[in-house]
Amino acid sequence: MGETLSAPPGPRMSDPPPPDALADMYHLMLVTMLADKKSVAEAKAGRLQAAFYPVRGMEAVCAALGDVLRPEDRLVSTYRNLGDALAKGVPLRSIMAELYGRVEGTSRGKGGPMHLQDQSVGFTATTGVVGSGLPIGVGLAMAAQLDGKGSATVVTFGDGATSIGAYHEAMNFAALWRLPVVLLCQNNQWGEHTKIADYAPSTDLAGRAAAYTIPTERVDGFDPMACREAIGRAVERARRDEGPTFLECVSYRLTGHTGTADFSYVPKDELEAALKRDPAPSFRTWLTANALLPEERIVDIENAAERYVEDAFEYAQSCAFPPPEELYTDVFADDSWVRSISDE
Amino acid sequence: MSEVTPVPAAARGGEPSEPSGTAEMTMAAAINSAFHLAMEADDKIVVLGEDVAEPIGGVFKTSKGLSTKFGTSRVRATPIAEGTIAGAAVGLALGGYRPVAEIMFFDFVTLTLDQVLNHAAKFRYMTGGATPAPLTVTTVIGSSHFGAQHAQSLEAWFMHTPGINVVMPSTPSDAKGLLTSCLRSPDPCLFVQHSGLLYGRKEPVPVGPHTVPFGRARTVRPGRDVTIVTYGPAVAVAEDAAARLAAEGVEAEVIDLRTLVPLDFPAVLESVERTRRAVIVHEATQFCGPGAEIGSRIQEELFGELLAPVLRVGGAYAPVPFSKSLSSHPTAEKVVEKIRGML
Repeated sequence: MGETLSAPPGPRMSDPPPPDALADMYHLMLVTMLADKKSVAEAKAGRLQAAFYPVRGMEAVCAALGDVLRPEDRLVSTYRNLGDALAKGVPLRSIMAELYGRVEGTSRGKGGPMHLQDQSVGFTATTGVVGSGLPIGVGLAMAAQLDGKGSATVVTFGDGATSIGAYHEAMNFAALWRLPVVLLCQNNQWGEHTKIADYAPSTDLAGRAAAYTIPTERVDGFDPMACREAIGRAVERARRDEGPTFLECVSYRLTGHTGTADFSYVPKDELEAALKRDPAPSFRTWLTANALLPEERIVDIENAAERYVEDAFEYAQSCAFPPPEELYTDVFADDSWVRSISDE
Repeated sequence: MSEVTPVPAAARGGEPSEPSGTAEMTMAAAINSAFHLAMEADDKIVVLGEDVAEPIGGVFKTSKGLSTKFGTSRVRATPIAEGTIAGAAVGLALGGYRPVAEIMFFDFVTLTLDQVLNHAAKFRYMTGGATPAPLTVTTVIGSSHFGAQHAQSLEAWFMHTPGINVVMPSTPSDAKGLLTSCLRSPDPCLFVQHSGLLYGRKEPVPVGPHTVPFGRARTVRPGRDVTIVTYGPAVAVAEDAAARLAAEGVEAEVIDLRTLVPLDFPAVLESVERTRRAVIVHEATQFCGPGAEIGSRIQEELFGELLAPVLRVGGAYAPVPFSKSLSSHPTAEKVVEKIRGML
């Protein structure tokens, strides 16, 4: 049977991270929230010609990931990846340039929002296919185990991914070979437009995962400190090559499935309750109430976040589109055969 | 074809002693030799698949001895889960390794398509060159005695998705050389073996490291009257047909493509320009098979030069039947008959 990891003893609040870490987490939550909202607005206005999948509601989980992970740790994410990319340290300018299909984007404008990456910071891969990141994370964890350098692999995925075969196969591999991987379920309680209870026989995903003999933990995804501690424990286990951890961070999707999708079907009471816990504003309240950061520093962070986001959108739209010859570049390492069979 | 040279004594056990020499090998032994040499030279090569480790050494024995020599962390027998065998290979490739994903039968490769086609084949492109995924998927065709789910030739599917090399050797020597090229390629590769050829004809194979480059077709037999374009198990069929035609005074040139991606169109066109007739022969379903692309390309380039329409001899549009009496695979008789009609 899988064990359930317990929180460390003592009240959590008595041991907050240092002020700089808290400041970084708040900044990351704000940048995620603001860039997410602006991307949705841009998509609705027709200026952003991209399928954008909002991450609103998951800012606390992403900020916690950002605090815990180092550049040498690898992260595999999904198409709902804005917060994950920022957490790993991908510059927002590169992210937005990719969303606008520009050559200065993380993927030279050839991937789009579903295929962000930045190898320099360990934002290794993203996938547009639900659940497909898990087997890839298994392979990266095998690579890390062979390397023996104590780096962790984290795979993020939504609750919807726990229905697909790739998830179950990957859980089995991770458990069988005790791979140094953190399987982080960002549970927003919706699989596309279907409520979790309508597609899963048990909504306790961590409970179900325990059957794979993987240590599991279920935490409040709106609570950045709880997420930080749980992710920290799981990542440390991976870095010590002590095997996989399944982490379920339970939050709520504060928007539609896509930036432009109707979500009037979401029950109003549920959405209102979740919005009351909106991660960035809630974190501000908590920081102030516990006197962890002075008001002026908080305001500085807010101003800096706004400027950072504005700059990134302006920059992205000033960048060039990929030139026509990019069509055949990078199909293979050597593009000569591709050009020889193509009408140019 | 390589010249026959004396078999070094030590080579009979599969161990190279004289890198310049050759030894008689089946295709299975040649592939096994390629793995041993490549894994010795490159410690980033890892092999994943069902039963690939000792004592089984792969159900076709092509990974024989690898786990004993290189350890089970580099040669891992996996659960029966093709999708994650392939997915783990993608992750290993992104992590700097050179994974081999052995998928027992080509039909089971259908279970890996998301990882192989949506991820491995597209990862270099989708990230503007940042994340190449140089993995090799090895698999086997030709086992019709298992029925329709263990015998289909699906290479056209892989030719149709940009970003993956498609490799189908017809001889032991080419199998060794082409597999070595797969294991050194910067891009994903699909390496398709034929069960009949794996334990079929032996031939002299270089004992030491041996590579055959992609995209260089081999002229198996020269001829002036018609070009037979083929690959994999159909090469032997084409050779047989050419021998029979020679008895009738018809000289058929046989071209073994070796790789379908990249496909050596210049070699095909150069030959057909001389012979002015072409027939394409393969086991894969003729309808929308590789021959459709090759034939279309020939008529686009050489329309005015051709003395006859470009014809095909491929598999019937039906699942691979179990009873041999229904087999629709190309035969020398069918090829000869087709060519007689073109003259």
